[in-house]
Amino acid sequence: MRIIGLIIVVVTGALLIYAATDFPAWSDPASPASTYLSPYYIEKTMEETSVPNIVTAVLADYRGFDTMFETTVIFSAGVVCFFLLRIPRREEPEIRYYRHVLTGVTIQLKEGYKIPPSADFERIDAVWTPPDLIIKTGCRILIPFIQLFALYVIAHGHHSPGGGFQGGVILGASIILLAISHDLRTAVRRMSEKLIAILCAVGVSIYAGTGALCLLLKQNFLDYSALAGVLHVDPITARSHGILMVEIGVGIAVMATMIWIYNNISSAGRYRQGL
Amino acid sequence: MTDLISTVVAKYNYWIYITLMMIGLYAMIAKNNLVKKIVGMNIFQTAIILFYVSIGVKKGGTIPILEHAHGHEHHVVHAVDYINPLPHVLMLTAIVVGVATLGVALALAIRIYNNYNTLEEDEILTQVREK
Repeated sequence: MRIIGLIIVVVTGALLIYAATDFPAWSDPASPASTYLSPYYIEKTMEETSVPNIVTAVLADYRGFDTMFETTVIFSAGVVCFFLLRIPRREEPEIRYYRHVLTGVTIQLKEGYKIPPSADFERIDAVWTPPDLIIKTGCRILIPFIQLFALYVIAHGHHSPGGGFQGGVILGASIILLAISHDLRTAVRRMSEKLIAILCAVGVSIYAGTGALCLLLKQNFLDYSALAGVLHVDPITARSHGILMVEIGVGIAVMATMIWIYNNISSAGRYRQGL
Repeated sequence: MTDLISTVVAKYNYWIYITLMMIGLYAMIAKNNLVKKIVGMNIFQTAIILFYVSIGVKKGGTIPILEHAHGHEHHVVHAVDYINPLPHVLMLTAIVVGVATLGVALALAIRIYNNYNTLEEDEILTQVREK
């Protein structure tokens, strides 16, 4: 297999390098990719959508359909990970362990016994490593700032590099950081599985709902200029606001999906300690 | 000789991506371990992303965010001053979708491991044939 693979790879590579001689030179302003469609986007974006960041405008407005289905792909990937890995039956072990947070004393409970519900005890697994104090404290300081930056990236995507995808990934990473630095139970306590699933669907629905709203207001699907009457602005500013709504939807969907995929894969669907 | 050097300077970026892509393809064909195949798939994907981003580059162009945007409505925008935004849009979504599909691939690998207790392709195939 190795030799066949090597032959295939060498032949394909040689063919591609031969084909690359016909390609436009590096950083050529007159290359075919930059001559037909992209000058229109660069010159007309400001007039038509009043968004200075052309990438955001093309992503959410000119190519809105594409981005909607990309978001749907991400949503489906999250759902697929859930269905493949999650073990739905809650098989409670016979012996459970609880740790008293303040003193560090671990107690062991047999089936049928319960502890009074209080914040002093946390449920732990049979194999449990205490999280490192320095990492825990460092992450506790970092996470709020990461989340704040993520919100900035989403909200400021019109004027600087950023947008729903990037901000959503940063938001997801902050929760994943919580799960890595503490343990998976802590992260799931903060953001339950149900909430993640709902947010995942809500994000996609916000996107599709904005499109459907435009349809109800007698314009084409995802033609945000229809929102002008609802938002009391001129049609061009309405397109800019429509892009923001869509980006928020993308951000929520991407954030929830990243956390969902991480939770399922890191714990192989059992939602115990995780990594 | 000068011709050759100018060709190399103008085209070397494509050669880098082709090399990277072929590394990924080789890993997908020849490696026995499923996780290594997934890693190869991701290297392949990275090569495509780099290729697209390099298509967007223009000499002397800046990032595709308009300067003098608000308050200078009659400022004329020249397309030569800004790099091509379209490849960036396409790759922006492709990166996130790539991460999501990587998640699905790893989930499948975990299920295969749970069933067969191995991730080596030949061992899985012998087990499948025995059944």
